[in-house]
Formats: sequence, structure tokens, C-alpha cells
Amino acid sequence: MSDYTADTSPRKKPLSLQLDPGMFERATDEEKAQHEVMRESTTFFRDGLRRLSRNPLSMLSIATLLLLLITIFVAPLIVPYKYSEVIKVDGQRDRTTANLRPMTYSVLEQEKVDAGEKVFPHIFGTDELGRDYFIRVIYGARVSLAVGFFASIIVLVIGLLYGSVSGYVGGRTDIIMMRIVDIIYSLPDTLMVVMLSVVLDQVLGDSLKGTILASLGNNMISMFVVFGLLYWVGMARLVRGQILAIKNNEYVLAAKALGGNARRIILKHILPNCISVIFIATALQIPSAIFVESFLSFIGLGVQAPMPSLGSLANLARGGMQIYPYKMLFPALGICLIVLSFNLLGDGLRDAFDPRLRR
Amino acid sequence: MLRYSVKRVLLAVVTIFIIAAITFFAMNAIPGGPFAKEKASEPRIKAVLEKRFNLDKPVGEQFLLYLRNFAKGDFGVSTKTGREVSTTIFTSFAISARLGSMAILTALVMGLVLGSLAALMRGKWPDRVIIFFTTLFVAVPSFILATLLLLVFSHLLGWFKVWSISDPNYTLPVLALALYPMAYITRLTKSSMLDVLGQDYIRTARAKGVKEQLVIFKHALRNALIPVVTYVGPLTAYILTGSLVVETVFNIGGLGTHFVTGINNRDYPMIMGTTIFLATLMVSMTLISDLFYKAIDPKITFD
Repeated sequence: MSDYTADTSPRKKPLSLQLDPGMFERATDEEKAQHEVMRESTTFFRDGLRRLSRNPLSMLSIATLLLLLITIFVAPLIVPYKYSEVIKVDGQRDRTTANLRPMTYSVLEQEKVDAGEKVFPHIFGTDELGRDYFIRVIYGARVSLAVGFFASIIVLVIGLLYGSVSGYVGGRTDIIMMRIVDIIYSLPDTLMVVMLSVVLDQVLGDSLKGTILASLGNNMISMFVVFGLLYWVGMARLVRGQILAIKNNEYVLAAKALGGNARRIILKHILPNCISVIFIATALQIPSAIFVESFLSFIGLGVQAPMPSLGSLANLARGGMQIYPYKMLFPALGICLIVLSFNLLGDGLRDAFDPRLRR
Repeated sequence: MLRYSVKRVLLAVVTIFIIAAITFFAMNAIPGGPFAKEKASEPRIKAVLEKRFNLDKPVGEQFLLYLRNFAKGDFGVSTKTGREVSTTIFTSFAISARLGSMAILTALVMGLVLGSLAALMRGKWPDRVIIFFTTLFVAVPSFILATLLLLVFSHLLGWFKVWSISDPNYTLPVLALALYPMAYITRLTKSSMLDVLGQDYIRTARAKGVKEQLVIFKHALRNALIPVVTYVGPLTAYILTGSLVVETVFNIGGLGTHFVTGINNRDYPMIMGTTIFLATLMVSMTLISDLFYKAIDPKITFD
């Protein structure tokens, strides 16, 4: 490597267009340092994660949700009771097991404890039928979370398909499809949910017997159907808006010119560019689904007994509220904690990933 | 504006018609009718009763008959109590309307005041306290809030009596209904107020030496109200359906109670009447708030 200085560099011919190296100054070390890459190059996703991890509220809600998830999966393995099982001591029915206060034992259990045997404590006490309340609340949280999760997935799938087609095809198809959305959007949702849950529950009747779906119960199925019928419209609107904004970009035109079909263009070029917005909307759908589920369970249209959900537990606790207020407290706290965490997480995700809010 | 209004009104009418149709056919799809439950009724009596309520005709014809009567203002007679559905709706709606309007007013006033306060005191402790509580209230379902309020203030502290027709005390039910929308309006007002306060015309007004109160009330608040206005429609819908639960918890015999018992009893005329009434109320409130929004916001163009 030759080292050019003003003296050693070859002389430039007067009329040549060649640059004269002698005119240039060498960069100092300090100046060179400025060109070093200070920060790793980052992707959109990683950048969002970094922003998210800086938000203490989001991290707190992620921690809470993780803790909750671990609890509801691990607790049934540790606690020896089942959610539908009336507690018996050595196969013997004990009348005093009903309505135990938290961390207390029934008479027969107390005898066993006094005799030095180990009896697993009733952490939240027992309910009026003598079932362990802790495990019921745990299963209730499981059911509520599962409903929220699957309902959001249903909403996502239907909304995504409908919105993509409507936005991409455009024209008269779009107008007709969006009119349908407008009408469903203006239906009073709670009224329709109550109405449809009653109807579907009755219409389904015994038709599900023997299938896998039967274990879920008619109420649960009808709840999912209701979500599939009513709540996808918000998602469809969102997806359509995103697709309309993106589909006029040059790279979409290029893909079309190269002969890409609609399916490929939507899946490869358009959706990846709006996936974060859709993802956040899905996350925010979970708490509202849990709200609806608990509301339906509360007025007696939710999950079927003996399967508990947080809403139905709260409803059952209403009867003996003056004597056993803690029975109301546990499921109520559960719902609030789950919904609060998802709300805060959703807000955090939006701040971190929504391109419109980035500065 | 006129074109837009006509379009929206037509859409609203179509929506209400669709709701009526869905409800009617869904209701008839449920196995068993209003008179299936009464064990003792003889087939002959049942036939007479069914004829009385047009239940012997095909469902499609029943729907047309219902629509014709409805157009004449006849909601029909309850199959359970034998009373006019319209009378039941209007007497019970008087209670629900009182509860609902108080809740709407509370939510709007408190939400606007707290939201503006939070925006003006941004980052200071009142802002933090307000945002903390509103975040909390958004996560509490109304039925839980209602039950907890009843438990704490009625049973444990004894500050409020339980609701009764002779001695109605609306404080707790109104609170249970209003806290969620209040929290929502507070957040809405705060963000829109912050948005407005950053605008150039606010700086101009301040630079001109306009008094701070005048800047806030005349320039900032009036513009910050626009997003809140659009929320009034959904708010009404929320309050009306929310009262379904809150009325049950507090044992208030409002419209919501009749809707729920109507469904349980298969009381067809009652279900139809309450559904159409509630739906019309909700759809028209949304319509009014949307039209109002377009009218007050010059930035919106009419498509």
C-alpha cells in the first residue's frame, strides 16, 4: 500500500481531469473513529422490543401474566384436588368441608392433621358444595384466559381474511363488503351477544354429543360463534385501512408487474408491513373478550357448571356475599389483574411498535 | 351535509330493521315457545292462546304481521303477564332513563374535569393520581364494581340504603355505571387536550396576552371536546347495556331486568319490544353524536 503525501504522490498533469491526491488531507484517528459503527444495526422488531423493555409498566404486566400462566399450569399439578371434586376424607364425606374459610381444615381433616398426617391446605377455603376454592379459581382463570385467547384468534382470522379481500380488490366489492361491516358495527353488541348466546345454546342442543367439541359445552361454543359473528368487524376495518395505505406503493406495483398473484402480494408484500398494527389490535382484543365472557358468565350464559370461569365464580359468590366476601374477592381480583395487565401490555406494545407513534 | 345525513339516517333504519329481523327469527329458532312450559295447559287452550298471539302461522307471516302492528305503534301484549308491552317498557324505562342519564352526566362532567386537570398538570402528582385511578377503573367490569360497592358501602359501612322503589337512592348504581366511561373519557380528554395545547393558535393566544382561563376555556377546551362528542354514542350504548347488569345487582326493576326475564320466559312480544326499543335508542344516539361531530368539526369533509 503506497503512502501518498504531497511530495511522493505522482504529479498531476495540468489539463487532466484526474484528481490531485496532494490536495487531500489524511483523516485523523479521531475522525476515523466517527465512522465506526457505534450501535448494532437493528431490525424493526428488535427496536420495538428494546422500546418495550424500557417501559416499566409493560415489563411489570408481562411479569404478572407470566406468573399467572405458570400458576395456572403448575398449581393443578401440585394441589391434589380437582375443580369438580367434592372433598372427601379417606373416602368419607365430611359435612363440615363446605364453606371453609381460607387455610382452615374440616373436622375430619383436622383430626388427621392432629394425628400428624399431612393434609393439603385449602388456600382459598372451599365453596358451598365443599369443593376446593383455590383450584376452582385457578381453573376459572384458565377458562377465562383460554376464551380470551381463542376469541381473539377467531376475530383475527376472520377480520384478516375479510379485510384483505375488501381492501385489495377494492371497487364495488369493497363498497358492498364495507356496508355489511357498517351494519354489523352498529348492532348493539351486548344485546346481540345475550340474544345469540341463548339461541345458539338451545339450537346446538345435543347435536355436539360425541364430538370433541362436546367437552367444551354448548355455551362455550356459542360464545365463540358470537365472537366470530360480531367482533371481527373492527379487525376487518383495521386490516382494510392498512392494506389500502400500502397497496399503492411502488414495490406492490413492481410485484404485480412481475406477475405476482393477489395471494402472494398480500401475504408476501402487504401483510408483513402492517403485521405489528394487527398484532397489537389482537392483543387488545383479549381483555375485551375476557370482559364479554365474564359478563355472560355473570348473567348465567357463560361456561357450563361444573366448569368454572372467573365470571361465573363471581356470580355464584354474590349469594353469600355478606358472610363470605372473600369468595367474591378472589375471582374479582383475578379478572381485574388479567384485564389490567393486558391493557397495560397492549398500550406498551402500541407505543413500541406502532409506526405512527414513533418519533 | 344533507346527503350525508340522509345516508346515515337510512343506514340507521336498515340497522334497526335487521336487528328486529335477527331477533325475531333467532327467537323463533329456539325450541319451545312461550306456552311450551306450562304443563297443565290443555291442547285446546294452548291452541287458542297460540292463535291469540299468531303463533299458529308460519314464522315469515308472523314477522310481517308483527311489522304491520309495529308500524301502527302496537308492540303487542306480553305472553306472560298479559299487559301491554309498551306500558311495561315506558314505566320501566322511566327508572332506567333516570339512572342512565345521571350516569352519563356524571361520567361526562367528571371525565372532562379530570381529563383537563390531568392535561394541564401534566407530570405533576394530580396527573399521576388521576391516570393511576383511571387505568385501574378501565380494568374493572361493571358487575364486579357494582357488587363491591354494594358490599362495602351498603353492608359493611352502612352509608347507603339498598335500592327500593319507595326510597330510591341512585348514588351507588350511578357510580357503578359511570366509573368505567368516566375513566375512558378522562383518558380521551387528556390526550386530546394535550394535543390541542401544543397547537400554534394556543401559543398565539398566550402571546397576545389572553388570560390563561380564557385560553383554556375558549380556545383549548372547545377544540378538545370534539373527540369526546363522538364517544357519546358508544357511551349511551354502554350505559344502557351496562344497566342490564347493574340493575340486576342492585335489584332495580328497570328495562334491563325486563329484557333478561323476557328472554328467560320466551316472552316473544316482550323480547321484540325491549330489543327494538333499546336498539333504536342506541342507534339513534350514535347517529346524533356522529352528525353533531361532523357539524362542529370543520376539518371533516363530507363524502
